[in-house]
Amino acid sequence: MPRLKPQAIDDFGGIESYRLHIKRKKLTLIILAVTVFVLALLSVNAGSAKLNPWEVFTTLLGFTDEKASIVIWRLRMPRVIAAIIAGAALSVAGCVMQNNLKNPLASPSTLGIASAATFGANLAIIVFGAGTAMNTAGDAVSINNPYMVTICAFICSMGATMIILGLAKLRSFSPEAIILAGVALSSLFGAGTTIIQYFAPDVKIAAAIFWTFGDLGRVCWKEVGILSIVTIVSLVYFSFKRWDYNALASGEEMARSLGVNTKRTRFWGLFVAALITAVAVSFLGMIGFIGLIGPQIMIRIVGADYRFLIPASALLGSVILLLADTAARTVISPVVLPVGAITSLLGGPMFLYLLMRGTKR
Amino acid sequence: MSMIVEGVSYAYPKNPVLKDVSFEIGKGECVAILGTNGVGKSTLLKCLNNVINAQAGAITVADMPLNGMSGDELARLIGYVPQNSFFPDITVFDAVLLGRKPYIKWDITKDDLEIAENMIKSLSLEKFALRKVNYMSGGEMQKVAIARALAQQPTILLFDEPTSNLDLKNQLEVIQIIKDIVQKQQISAIVTMHDLNLALRFADKFMMMKDGRIHAMGGAEIITPQNIWEVYGVQVSIENYNGYHIVIPQQ
Repeated sequence: MPRLKPQAIDDFGGIESYRLHIKRKKLTLIILAVTVFVLALLSVNAGSAKLNPWEVFTTLLGFTDEKASIVIWRLRMPRVIAAIIAGAALSVAGCVMQNNLKNPLASPSTLGIASAATFGANLAIIVFGAGTAMNTAGDAVSINNPYMVTICAFICSMGATMIILGLAKLRSFSPEAIILAGVALSSLFGAGTTIIQYFAPDVKIAAAIFWTFGDLGRVCWKEVGILSIVTIVSLVYFSFKRWDYNALASGEEMARSLGVNTKRTRFWGLFVAALITAVAVSFLGMIGFIGLIGPQIMIRIVGADYRFLIPASALLGSVILLLADTAARTVISPVVLPVGAITSLLGGPMFLYLLMRGTKR
Repeated sequence: MSMIVEGVSYAYPKNPVLKDVSFEIGKGECVAILGTNGVGKSTLLKCLNNVINAQAGAITVADMPLNGMSGDELARLIGYVPQNSFFPDITVFDAVLLGRKPYIKWDITKDDLEIAENMIKSLSLEKFALRKVNYMSGGEMQKVAIARALAQQPTILLFDEPTSNLDLKNQLEVIQIIKDIVQKQQISAIVTMHDLNLALRFADKFMMMKDGRIHAMGGAEIITPQNIWEVYGVQVSIENYNGYHIVIPQQ
């Protein structure tokens, strides 16, 4: 990460010095974007089907046999694009939630969205029969109606969001009260999930737990398309609100005195953040930690300027999920590890390192 | 008149704070609001700025009613420096540039950058311009908050106890900055304060509050032992030293 030299800090050369300072932040964004691109190429190359980089390259250009084409275009590419989009979505959702709720621990799980999605998936798999046993030895459990699971997870997570935001709007909840209400809802949905699982047969419990392991392999192009549209529209919305978020980061009173309608900004910010989280979690299952560490790592690099923090968080989210998914597919290939566990395994130490190193003046 | 306040009232749940407050402030005037803790000084400032909405009364700024104004319109007229300014992990330049928020459509312009730069220079913050605000001292942070409010190019500046966390040197420096701004730019300032002697050094007008109402308002002549006894319950004498009135507690 490029850093300003001490001399440059003290010898302020007016607007030009500031422009240089901004250019360095833009350079960080470019480095992150190039990293996403390179990792995407590496990720397309990685997998249990033996394809060399040349075969992958020619397949991407459309000059190769049908088998390679199926592996690349039907299996790997949707997965890679899903990693880029979902990583960006989860990270930017965390970024906006942390800003809107004035809490660095705010993430999709803080508002109870993740617990609600898990409850919805359990409801679909166990009560509505969307999960079942397979007779093959390799696949002991399977989800035979993924759309029902996705829809139930989405409805429940948006239901949780609407309850929280409804309470916040009707009862003028403070950011702290919103987080506490989220913890209460999370506990409620957790209890609901436990009760459903308590009365369920082993195979259905196994299917429900299998769903909670985040998996990018579940999506095909259609889901990737939906996820992409929702994420891109949300990113555009967040970009429009970046100055409002800069003001909110300076405190409620300051934001209001700078002309920000804080209640409205917070309501819609949380709604859109919850929406993209709900879509991502419903399609892919639980992928934790990205919403927490993505923005927290970038705030230490580009600072709390949301003009740069929003795109930087999105790009870092893509980097983390691409890395995690590639590792999940290759570490003990052909077994694919749960990507959610890998994000935490990769992100945890990285975050601890940054916390220990602290922020330089 | 820069600001006309008529019959403003505000109550927190089961706790009426402001009761029928009315006053006027002229262009280029510096007004000190005085009174005990909890009397409603900060609440009054927040009502004047729509940070909280007055439950009764009317406020007019530069002949325009506050009600019905958009947030951005109001922020172009009134700048606010809170008691404890909080800054996230941003540079001084970014923090001051944020004062241009009410004017920004999609992105900052060259004008915004120039105004922020001028405010940084006017408060002698150049050498800190690219440093992180949250690592600066209380006095420096207060100057950044003032520069940010000035970048809004307001007609009225509101200061909520701007010297409460500062040492003597910084108190005098910040007060002098406020006085200079008011004189040079012919804008009005409303400042809540606890230090009567500091208030007597710089304010043109004084508003003494008691029980959520204005107890007395006027020039230095209202700062009398009688009024101070009625507002603070403290007996004082007032001496004259080098042309300054000095309040000396008798207890």
